[in-house]
Amino acid sequence: MGLLTTRNLSKNYQMGDVSIAALSEVNLEIEKGTFVSVIGPSGSGKSTLLNLIGCLDQPSSGSIQMAHQEISKLDSRQRAKFRGEHLGFVFQHFNLIPVLTVYENVEYPLLMVKAGNNQYQRERILALLDAVGVLEQQAKYPHQISGGQMQRVAVARALVTQPELVIADEPTANLDHDTAYKIINLMKTMKDKSETTFIFSTHDPKIIGEAEIIYTLEDGTIKNQEDRRNHV
Amino acid sequence: MFKIAKIAYRNLLRYTRRTLLTSVLVTIGIVAVLVFIAVAGSFKQLMVGQITDSMLGHLQIHRKGYVASIDNSPLNLNLNPKQVKKVENILEQQPEITSYSMRLKFGGMLSNFSETANIRLNGINPVQELKTVPLLQQRVSTGNGKSTNPPTLKQGEIWVPENLAKGMKLKVGDQVVLVATNQDGSVNGSSLVISGIVGSMTGPGGRDGYLNLKDAYQLLRIKGNEVNEIALRLNNFDKLETSFEVLKQKLSEIKNKKDKPIFEVHTWQKLSPFSNIAKIIDLLTIFVKIILIAIVLVSIMNVMLMAVYERIKEIGTIAAIGTTPRKIWSLFLMEGLFLGIFGAVTGSLISLAIIQYLNWQQLTFSFGRQDALVLSPVIAMSEIIGTALIVIVISTLASLQPAVKASRLEPVEALRHF
Repeated sequence: MGLLTTRNLSKNYQMGDVSIAALSEVNLEIEKGTFVSVIGPSGSGKSTLLNLIGCLDQPSSGSIQMAHQEISKLDSRQRAKFRGEHLGFVFQHFNLIPVLTVYENVEYPLLMVKAGNNQYQRERILALLDAVGVLEQQAKYPHQISGGQMQRVAVARALVTQPELVIADEPTANLDHDTAYKIINLMKTMKDKSETTFIFSTHDPKIIGEAEIIYTLEDGTIKNQEDRRNHV
Repeated sequence: MFKIAKIAYRNLLRYTRRTLLTSVLVTIGIVAVLVFIAVAGSFKQLMVGQITDSMLGHLQIHRKGYVASIDNSPLNLNLNPKQVKKVENILEQQPEITSYSMRLKFGGMLSNFSETANIRLNGINPVQELKTVPLLQQRVSTGNGKSTNPPTLKQGEIWVPENLAKGMKLKVGDQVVLVATNQDGSVNGSSLVISGIVGSMTGPGGRDGYLNLKDAYQLLRIKGNEVNEIALRLNNFDKLETSFEVLKQKLSEIKNKKDKPIFEVHTWQKLSPFSNIAKIIDLLTIFVKIILIAIVLVSIMNVMLMAVYERIKEIGTIAAIGTTPRKIWSLFLMEGLFLGIFGAVTGSLISLAIIQYLNWQQLTFSFGRQDALVLSPVIAMSEIIGTALIVIVISTLASLQPAVKASRLEPVEALRHF
């Protein structure tokens, strides 16, 4: 069942008089509940693709269909609303809000979408913090916890609004190998529990091995698509 | 919105030193303005009180054209007994007028038998006069320092201005001769005993002498109840303009044979040059407020712009996770608002403490020939609230541009920022 479809998705950047194609005619279809990895060398267009899918940027041409909407045509306010309601993000540098506690960081996206009653929200946040293993750190501020714990909080934050898709751009690049592996496994576990689709980019071969579907990008185009669901 | 406010508050605490510095700047600005308003206001009020309550009264009525030639103290512009009666009838009907004093002002020569000097005099009814300008009592020395009981000005007595008494070596109890020119041009003289020395004051009438109105009539050979000035005291000084308008209207209805108004009425401002100083004080207050606005505007805008540049990536993050541009805008606006509120509240409290301290210290100052005037700074609650509101509004406005800048950041660009 298709969750997200891109058609002839392209993104060009203007550098003075020169137009540089970061992404060219990308067509892909991501199914609901899959664990998708986008790989490729630096400059291959991984981040550009994730930014476009994540409604953080607008394509130069082509379309992105998700949740029965053409999201490439939304204005900035509509894109912010769409991101809040349908998407979750995990960043390479964790990007937790430094002035909020662990609990408040996870709570923040819920407040932006005004979902549910307070008691339900509280229970959901605590359950998520428990699930990602940082329940005991809930009152701490980001600078008081480790990098691995920060990324666990980021995963909980990405999932708190029950998004259909979580986008993670190099979520393990700032973590040691063991922690990175644990984070990927956590994401996978959460995917299985919540049936949320995850799409992440990485360079780490061991982590790539955990993906169910792998898209290989080169020079802004998809060179290969591998479905490993029967192997994983 | 509460969450946005909470984040805004915590963001301010994150950069404690910067927040404190900005708040201190805003606080100093508010303190400067409020203390200035209190001190300048106190000075103004004190001086206005001195001028109106010891010389001019709140309002004065004259015959039309008298004020234009007041320096000559013309006797040909006296109000005749009939006109005085008409004015009295009107004044008796005005509940806002607590008292009035009939004056006959004229110029003369004062002699101590060895020296002669020019003198400007007020023929008064001392009871009426002291009711209308009660602080005059404090200016009159009856020989044993400033009098606590109302000084007397019986027939045959004179209060001589301080500077003249010093120059002519006159003291209470001395006999002097007063010579004046009558309305018909003839000269007459009276022998009077000094019963008081009047302290000098800055402004018109501040160096005048006083004698009993009956003596003035005798000296000037005036038979009827003629005066050339009626000073009025209101029960509420704040209603000066309203009372002035009412009186002006009533008096303008009385006309001469040429159908022109007989009387003119003036507020103290029209009669005293101090009103210009009072206006300058008001103008200075406005300038001080403008400076405060500039301080707040520049400091808050500067600190908020720095906050935006330092937190670009964070703005990208909150935008990515669903914060709308409007909420990002609100976040930065609230930070400015909180800085303003903090500065306004702290500044107001410190100002009140300083004003209290100044009152406790009983600071004195001199103005012109007046010494030991006690400064009693007070500030109206409306002034504190008004100034605090200006600061809060300007703080918010100063955050507007940085807030718009933050809300317009593209999340993808902001997230790339290092």
